[in-house]
Amino acid sequence: MDENTVNLLLDLQDKLGFLPKEDMIKLCREKKIPGVYVSGVATFYSQFKFSPPGKYKISVCRGTACHVKNSAGILQLIEEELGIKASGITKDSNISLDCVNCIGACAKAPAIMINGTVYGNLDNNKVKKIIKSLK
Amino acid sequence: MPSLQKLIDSGKKELIEDRITVGLATCGISAGGLPVIEALAKAGLEIPVDKVGCIGMCYNEPVVTVIQNQKKSIYSNVTKENVSELIESIKNKKQHNKLLAANDINELDFFKKQKRIIMDNCGIINPLKLEHYLAQGGYTGLHNAIKIKPLEVIEVLKKSGLRGRGGAGFPTWMKWSFIAGKPGKKYLICNGDEGDPGAFMNRTIMESDPFKLLEGMAIGAYAMGCDEGIIYTRAEYPLAIETLEKAIDIANNNNLLGKNILGIKGFNFNIRIQKGAGAFVCGEETALICSVEGKRGNPMPRPPFPTDHGLYGKPTVINNVGTWSHVCAILRIGSEEYAKIGSEKTKGTQMICLTGRIQRTGVIEVPIGITIREMIYDIGGGSPDNTDVKAVLSGGPAGGCVPKEKFDTPLDYESLQGLGAIMGSGGFVVLNNESCMVNVARYFMNFTQEESCGKCTPCREGTKRLLEMLTNVTRGVGGESEIEKIRLLAEFIRDTSLCGLGQNAPNPVLSTLKYFKEEYLDHLNKKKCPAGACHNLIVYSIIDKCTGCGNCARNCPVNAISGQLKEKFVIDNKSCIRCGKCYDACAFKAIIKK
Repeated sequence: MDENTVNLLLDLQDKLGFLPKEDMIKLCREKKIPGVYVSGVATFYSQFKFSPPGKYKISVCRGTACHVKNSAGILQLIEEELGIKASGITKDSNISLDCVNCIGACAKAPAIMINGTVYGNLDNNKVKKIIKSLK
Repeated sequence: MPSLQKLIDSGKKELIEDRITVGLATCGISAGGLPVIEALAKAGLEIPVDKVGCIGMCYNEPVVTVIQNQKKSIYSNVTKENVSELIESIKNKKQHNKLLAANDINELDFFKKQKRIIMDNCGIINPLKLEHYLAQGGYTGLHNAIKIKPLEVIEVLKKSGLRGRGGAGFPTWMKWSFIAGKPGKKYLICNGDEGDPGAFMNRTIMESDPFKLLEGMAIGAYAMGCDEGIIYTRAEYPLAIETLEKAIDIANNNNLLGKNILGIKGFNFNIRIQKGAGAFVCGEETALICSVEGKRGNPMPRPPFPTDHGLYGKPTVINNVGTWSHVCAILRIGSEEYAKIGSEKTKGTQMICLTGRIQRTGVIEVPIGITIREMIYDIGGGSPDNTDVKAVLSGGPAGGCVPKEKFDTPLDYESLQGLGAIMGSGGFVVLNNESCMVNVARYFMNFTQEESCGKCTPCREGTKRLLEMLTNVTRGVGGESEIEKIRLLAEFIRDTSLCGLGQNAPNPVLSTLKYFKEEYLDHLNKKKCPAGACHNLIVYSIIDKCTGCGNCARNCPVNAISGQLKEKFVIDNKSCIRCGKCYDACAFKAIIKK
């Protein structure tokens, strides 16, 4: 396998926002890489997503500094407010929810990121306000 | 370096003259620094405005430094709401007293005990202005290296006593010597994966002083005879990746990378970036190599070690971002100067991320040998709200806990190992009495279990079972006999796993069992979580402050609260599902949880 499969998949996801199955199959045929191999690489790494992100992509930081400031509670609250679980997307495809291991805003823990913007020093009331503004 | 002299002169001029800088690494941006620099730039001030990296004072970002009429003022917590006041003060040539943090960083307790030799430029220079980096002494190290023979560079590292900063503490000179003499193609890799959640030391360097890393790798390329280097950095660091890519371009254009570096014929070295794709295990060197090759990041048995059979089967040296930065500093200041800092067995400094329940969170650089107590109290300011600091977690998911009784332990590899913790890459998370040690052990086990590559049975199956057992403890399920089973399984996984992930995954469990066994016993025997953190064991109760407004009862989804208006309400603990809605709804702080 001369081609770097990780880079091929990173490029594909950069273009399309996620990895649709048909496009991965096309990639396999184009580059003559077995499907089982590409699937093995794609499912190994957590960055690769197989369904499209929402208009608003919420990432809840589950790093240690956020955890000791109750990020688990923040995640649970967001799941309740949106009616979906982590790795899911709302029925209208407006909001998708994920966990990430660390967004590097430890001084503002607990923190979440929405479309690249960090919201820190959260409590239950602030979270409810933010979710309301997205709906 | 006559060809770079013009840049050095222009950099020196810019750094001495009046200037306004805004810290815009990831923390600064997430704190709201971008609107601040925009406002300053548009304000029509006579002083030039520039961005800098992270000075490490994450607890009061955004940080703005103003040098006006050669007088320095460091302002903190400058936001889009108050920046106009600051602009007025600057226009009136006055200091803004309310926003002023200090006239110099050395006035602040946060900096007094630090020793900044690899963070020297962080928050001071524009990370992508080569002229700034050169003006601060940048590339003096590489210049010194090429004056002596490659093997003599390795001797300098040996005399300095530098040990790898990725966590294992392996002598850097020794690793380099393994490939230095080998013929043929060789690779250098910089491990910038930094998978430990809550650790962002490497990110700070990559975003705030990228040329330091490039210079360190170029020194390595010279010493070991390599022409190709790869910086492996996690995809979750987009600003670091962008900064490094631009820095590499600039270095290439100035003969500091590429062909015939610094005019030395045949000294060719190219660096490229390889993005990770989200796998903690890829911080382990053999898994990292697989990932660079585009494969699943499964670790490989060692031997063979990467120095014999590494990337694409060729001899490879992998060093952490921190290590490469230390190499750069050592060749600049000399091995003797460097070896004066630190302890007998570990020389130099360590970058530490101080986070968690602490007043002054941020990234610091301290001399090896400083005590944990000094870091937490003198530098970090202790816990906020006057709560007691209970313990500190050192080394992330592969590390352990250090209880407060052991806070006089010095920061070095051997002392921390002796306690059952590890130095790791330098992430320190401070805990107070609201943190449950069992919950923390379970949190780390959940993390490593998800990140296990699945290749070897002890890790794949063992961490899953251990996670189940720890989850049971947090729920108060089972009796005291569970503790011995947990300990045995943890030791088994530690002793039989293929790679460092599995071998170290049990560390948080074994460490918390060693120092906080009574918390495990409370969960299992008394069915209580002393910290009030374990969801299933929390008991909510209403105290005398209750005014009888009934708001809690109206918010309870399972009707577990009853009472008469204007009289104290009562929670039925058997029906309570511990959702906490009553706690949030109470305006009188009349509901407590324990």
